[in-house]
Amino acid sequence: MEVKARQLKRVDLVEVSGRIDSATAPQLEATLQAIMGQDRFRIVVDMQGVEYLSSAGLRVLVAALKQARRWNRGDIRLANVPPRIQGVLQLAGLDALFHSFDSAVDAVGSF
Amino acid sequence: MPDRFEMTVPSDLANLARIAEFVTDAALRLGLTEQQAFEVQMATDEACANIVEHAYGLGVPGSIGVACEMEGDDLVVTIRDRGRPFNANQVPTPDVTGPLEDRRIGGLGLYFMRKLMDRVVFHHDAQGGNELRMYKRRSP
Repeated sequence: MEVKARQLKRVDLVEVSGRIDSATAPQLEATLQAIMGQDRFRIVVDMQGVEYLSSAGLRVLVAALKQARRWNRGDIRLANVPPRIQGVLQLAGLDALFHSFDSAVDAVGSF
Repeated sequence: MPDRFEMTVPSDLANLARIAEFVTDAALRLGLTEQQAFEVQMATDEACANIVEHAYGLGVPGSIGVACEMEGDDLVVTIRDRGRPFNANQVPTPDVTGPLEDRRIGGLGLYFMRKLMDRVVFHHDAQGGNELRMYKRRSP
Protein backbone atom coordinates (compact mmCIF):
# COMPACT_ATOMS: atom_id res chain seq x y z
CA MET A 1 0.00 0.00 0.00
CA GLU A 2 1.15 3.52 -0.76
CA VAL A 3 -0.05 6.62 1.01
CA LYS A 4 0.73 10.14 -0.18
CA ALA A 5 -0.44 13.14 1.81
CA ARG A 6 -0.58 16.67 0.45
CA GLN A 7 -1.49 19.69 2.48
CA LEU A 8 -3.63 22.09 0.48
CA LYS A 9 -4.77 25.46 1.76
CA ARG A 10 -7.79 24.33 3.73
CA VAL A 11 -7.89 20.61 3.14
CA ASP A 12 -5.49 17.68 3.33
CA LEU A 13 -5.53 15.28 0.42
CA VAL A 14 -4.50 11.69 1.12
CA GLU A 15 -4.01 9.44 -1.90
CA VAL A 16 -4.06 5.74 -1.12
CA SER A 17 -3.33 2.87 -3.45
CA GLY A 18 -2.84 -0.87 -3.19
CA ARG A 19 -4.18 -3.15 -0.48
CA ILE A 20 -5.53 -1.79 2.78
CA ASP A 21 -5.50 -4.85 5.04
CA SER A 22 -4.53 -5.63 8.64
CA ALA A 23 -0.86 -5.30 7.77
CA THR A 24 -1.09 -1.95 6.03
CA ALA A 25 -4.04 -0.24 7.74
CA PRO A 26 -1.79 1.07 10.57
CA GLN A 27 0.12 3.07 7.99
CA LEU A 28 -3.06 4.78 6.80
CA GLU A 29 -4.02 5.35 10.42
CA ALA A 30 -0.67 6.95 11.16
CA THR A 31 -1.04 9.30 8.20
CA LEU A 32 -4.53 10.40 9.22
CA GLN A 33 -3.47 10.82 12.87
CA ALA A 34 -0.48 12.92 11.83
CA ILE A 35 -2.78 15.30 9.94
CA MET A 36 -5.35 15.56 12.74
CA GLY A 37 -2.54 15.97 15.25
CA GLN A 38 -1.88 19.28 13.54
CA ASP A 39 -5.46 20.32 14.22
CA ARG A 40 -6.39 19.82 10.59
CA PHE A 41 -9.66 17.93 10.24
CA ARG A 42 -10.79 18.50 6.65
CA ILE A 43 -9.43 15.47 4.85
CA VAL A 44 -10.09 13.92 1.46
CA VAL A 45 -9.09 10.30 0.96
CA ASP A 46 -8.62 9.61 -2.74
CA MET A 47 -9.15 5.87 -3.18
CA GLN A 48 -8.61 5.60 -6.91
CA GLY A 49 -5.78 3.09 -6.67
CA VAL A 50 -7.22 1.01 -3.84
CA GLU A 51 -7.40 -2.66 -4.81
CA TYR A 52 -8.70 -4.02 -1.55
CA LEU A 53 -10.15 -2.68 1.70
CA SER A 54 -10.58 -5.01 4.66
CA SER A 55 -12.44 -4.58 7.93
CA ALA A 56 -9.16 -3.33 9.43
CA GLY A 57 -9.11 -0.51 6.89
CA LEU A 58 -12.75 0.26 7.60
CA ARG A 59 -12.03 0.48 11.32
CA VAL A 60 -9.31 3.03 10.64
CA LEU A 61 -11.59 5.10 8.41
CA VAL A 62 -14.52 5.03 10.83
CA ALA A 63 -12.36 5.95 13.83
CA ALA A 64 -10.86 8.84 11.86
CA LEU A 65 -14.33 9.89 10.70
CA LYS A 66 -15.59 10.10 14.27
CA GLN A 67 -12.57 12.10 15.29
CA ALA A 68 -12.76 14.51 12.36
CA ARG A 69 -16.49 15.16 12.79
CA ARG A 70 -16.28 15.84 16.51
CA TRP A 71 -17.62 19.29 17.35
CA ASN A 72 -18.29 19.80 13.67
CA ARG A 73 -14.69 20.71 13.13
CA GLY A 74 -14.21 18.69 9.95
CA ASP A 75 -14.88 15.53 7.96
CA ILE A 76 -13.24 12.70 6.07
CA ARG A 77 -14.58 12.62 2.52
CA LEU A 78 -13.88 9.98 -0.07
CA ALA A 79 -13.05 10.43 -3.74
CA ASN A 80 -12.77 8.07 -6.70
CA VAL A 81 -13.98 5.02 -4.82
CA PRO A 82 -13.62 2.01 -7.15
CA PRO A 83 -16.86 0.00 -7.63
CA ARG A 84 -15.50 -3.04 -5.82
CA ILE A 85 -14.48 -0.95 -2.83
CA GLN A 86 -17.86 0.78 -2.88
CA GLY A 87 -19.27 -2.74 -2.57
CA VAL A 88 -17.20 -3.31 0.56
CA LEU A 89 -18.46 -0.05 2.09
CA GLN A 90 -22.01 -1.06 1.28
CA LEU A 91 -21.58 -4.48 2.82
CA ALA A 92 -20.51 -2.81 6.06
CA GLY A 93 -23.35 -0.30 5.87
CA LEU A 94 -20.79 2.49 5.74
CA ASP A 95 -21.59 3.89 2.32
CA ALA A 96 -24.34 6.04 3.80
CA LEU A 97 -22.03 7.50 6.45
CA PHE A 98 -19.29 8.81 4.20
CA HIS A 99 -19.62 11.68 1.75
CA SER A 100 -18.20 10.38 -1.48
CA PHE A 101 -17.26 12.20 -4.69
CA ASP A 102 -16.34 11.24 -8.24
CA SER A 103 -13.17 13.30 -8.19
CA ALA A 104 -10.66 14.64 -5.72
CA VAL A 105 -11.32 18.14 -7.03
CA ASP A 106 -15.02 17.85 -6.20
CA ALA A 107 -14.27 16.38 -2.79
CA VAL A 108 -11.82 19.14 -1.91
CA GLY A 109 -14.20 21.77 -3.24
CA SER A 110 -17.04 20.42 -1.12
CA PHE A 111 -15.47 21.69 2.09
CA MET B 1 -4.96 -28.30 -14.16
CA PRO B 2 -4.64 -29.30 -10.52
CA ASP B 3 -7.85 -29.99 -8.57
CA ARG B 4 -6.48 -28.74 -5.30
CA PHE B 5 -4.39 -25.70 -4.56
CA GLU B 6 -2.54 -25.58 -1.27
CA MET B 7 -0.18 -23.31 0.56
CA THR B 8 1.23 -23.01 4.06
CA VAL B 9 2.63 -19.77 5.44
CA PRO B 10 3.91 -18.53 8.76
CA SER B 11 1.31 -16.67 10.76
CA ASP B 12 2.22 -13.06 10.04
CA LEU B 13 0.16 -10.09 8.86
CA ALA B 14 2.78 -9.51 6.20
CA ASN B 15 1.73 -12.80 4.59
CA LEU B 16 -1.89 -11.75 4.09
CA ALA B 17 -1.09 -10.36 0.64
CA ARG B 18 0.49 -13.64 -0.43
CA ILE B 19 -2.55 -15.57 0.75
CA ALA B 20 -4.84 -13.16 -1.10
CA GLU B 21 -2.94 -13.58 -4.33
CA PHE B 22 -2.93 -17.35 -3.95
CA VAL B 23 -6.65 -17.61 -3.28
CA THR B 24 -7.60 -15.18 -6.07
CA ASP B 25 -5.50 -17.14 -8.54
CA ALA B 26 -6.90 -20.49 -7.42
CA ALA B 27 -10.50 -19.27 -7.52
CA LEU B 28 -10.12 -17.89 -11.04
CA ARG B 29 -8.46 -21.07 -12.23
CA LEU B 30 -11.28 -23.11 -10.73
CA GLY B 31 -13.76 -21.16 -12.82
CA LEU B 32 -15.14 -18.50 -10.52
CA THR B 33 -15.84 -15.01 -11.85
CA GLU B 34 -13.58 -12.11 -10.94
CA GLN B 35 -16.16 -10.75 -8.54
CA GLN B 36 -16.54 -14.14 -6.87
CA ALA B 37 -12.77 -14.53 -6.63
CA PHE B 38 -12.58 -11.10 -5.00
CA GLU B 39 -15.21 -12.12 -2.45
CA VAL B 40 -13.49 -15.42 -1.69
CA GLN B 41 -10.18 -13.60 -1.30
CA MET B 42 -11.79 -11.10 1.04
CA ALA B 43 -13.40 -13.75 3.26
CA THR B 44 -10.09 -15.59 3.39
CA ASP B 45 -8.20 -12.42 4.25
CA GLU B 46 -10.55 -11.65 7.12
CA ALA B 47 -10.29 -15.22 8.41
CA CYS B 48 -6.50 -15.25 8.23
CA ALA B 49 -6.16 -11.83 9.87
CA ASN B 50 -8.24 -13.22 12.74
CA ILE B 51 -5.96 -16.25 12.99
CA VAL B 52 -2.83 -14.11 13.12
CA GLU B 53 -4.28 -11.68 15.64
CA HIS B 54 -6.40 -13.93 17.83
CA ALA B 55 -5.74 -17.63 17.28
CA TYR B 56 -1.99 -17.25 17.59
CA GLY B 57 -1.58 -13.63 18.62
CA LEU B 58 0.69 -11.04 17.01
CA GLY B 59 4.32 -12.08 17.15
CA VAL B 60 3.47 -15.65 18.12
CA PRO B 61 4.90 -18.14 15.62
CA GLY B 62 2.64 -20.67 13.99
CA SER B 63 1.55 -21.71 10.57
CA ILE B 64 -1.57 -21.27 8.52
CA GLY B 65 -2.61 -23.75 5.85
CA VAL B 66 -4.91 -22.61 3.06
CA ALA B 67 -6.38 -24.99 0.49
CA CYS B 68 -8.80 -24.36 -2.38
CA GLU B 69 -10.65 -27.05 -4.30
CA MET B 70 -14.03 -27.76 -5.86
CA GLU B 71 -16.64 -29.92 -4.22
CA GLY B 72 -19.24 -30.28 -6.92
CA ASP B 73 -20.25 -26.74 -7.82
CA ASP B 74 -18.81 -25.26 -4.64
CA LEU B 75 -15.38 -23.78 -4.23
CA VAL B 76 -14.22 -24.80 -0.77
CA VAL B 77 -11.52 -22.85 1.03
CA THR B 78 -10.11 -24.78 3.99
CA ILE B 79 -7.98 -22.85 6.45
CA ARG B 80 -6.10 -24.62 9.21
CA ASP B 81 -4.22 -23.35 12.21
CA ARG B 82 -3.07 -24.63 15.59
CA GLY B 83 -3.89 -21.56 17.60
CA ARG B 84 -6.48 -20.96 20.28
CA PRO B 85 -9.87 -22.48 19.52
CA PHE B 86 -12.24 -19.98 18.02
CA ASN B 87 -15.70 -19.50 19.39
CA ALA B 88 -17.82 -17.72 16.82
CA ASN B 89 -20.56 -17.20 19.39
CA GLN B 90 -18.35 -14.89 21.41
CA VAL B 91 -17.88 -12.44 18.58
CA PRO B 92 -20.18 -9.41 18.76
CA THR B 93 -22.43 -8.68 15.81
CA PRO B 94 -21.39 -5.42 14.23
CA ASP B 95 -23.81 -2.58 13.80
CA VAL B 96 -24.20 -1.89 10.09
CA THR B 97 -27.10 0.54 10.15
CA GLY B 98 -26.86 2.92 13.10
CA PRO B 99 -25.65 6.52 13.21
CA LEU B 100 -21.91 7.09 13.41
CA GLU B 101 -21.75 7.71 17.16
CA ASP B 102 -23.37 4.36 17.90
CA ARG B 103 -21.37 2.29 15.46
CA ARG B 104 -19.43 -0.60 16.87
CA ILE B 105 -17.50 -2.26 14.15
CA GLY B 106 -15.85 -5.08 16.02
CA GLY B 107 -16.82 -8.44 14.56
CA LEU B 108 -16.91 -7.04 11.02
CA GLY B 109 -14.47 -9.66 9.76
CA LEU B 110 -16.65 -12.59 10.72
CA TYR B 111 -19.71 -10.74 9.45
CA PHE B 112 -18.05 -10.31 6.04
CA MET B 113 -17.07 -13.97 5.90
CA ARG B 114 -20.66 -15.02 6.46
CA LYS B 115 -22.06 -12.51 3.98
CA LEU B 116 -19.56 -13.17 1.22
CA MET B 117 -19.49 -16.95 1.39
CA ASP B 118 -22.46 -19.29 1.12
CA ARG B 119 -21.48 -21.34 4.14
CA VAL B 120 -18.89 -20.97 6.91
CA VAL B 121 -18.08 -23.93 9.14
CA PHE B 122 -15.70 -23.86 12.11
CA HIS B 123 -14.28 -27.04 13.53
CA HIS B 124 -11.79 -27.64 16.29
CA ASP B 125 -10.28 -30.75 17.71
CA ALA B 126 -7.33 -31.29 19.97
CA GLN B 127 -5.39 -33.19 17.32
CA GLY B 128 -6.02 -31.20 14.17
CA GLY B 129 -6.38 -27.76 15.66
CA ASN B 130 -8.73 -25.25 14.08
CA GLU B 131 -10.25 -25.92 10.70
CA LEU B 132 -12.38 -23.37 8.89
CA ARG B 133 -14.22 -24.34 5.73
CA MET B 134 -15.87 -21.72 3.59
CA TYR B 135 -18.03 -22.55 0.58
CA LYS B 136 -18.82 -20.45 -2.47
CA ARG B 137 -21.06 -21.70 -5.23
CA ARG B 138 -19.61 -21.19 -8.66
CA SER B 139 -21.90 -19.36 -11.11
CA PRO B 140 -23.48 -21.66 -13.67
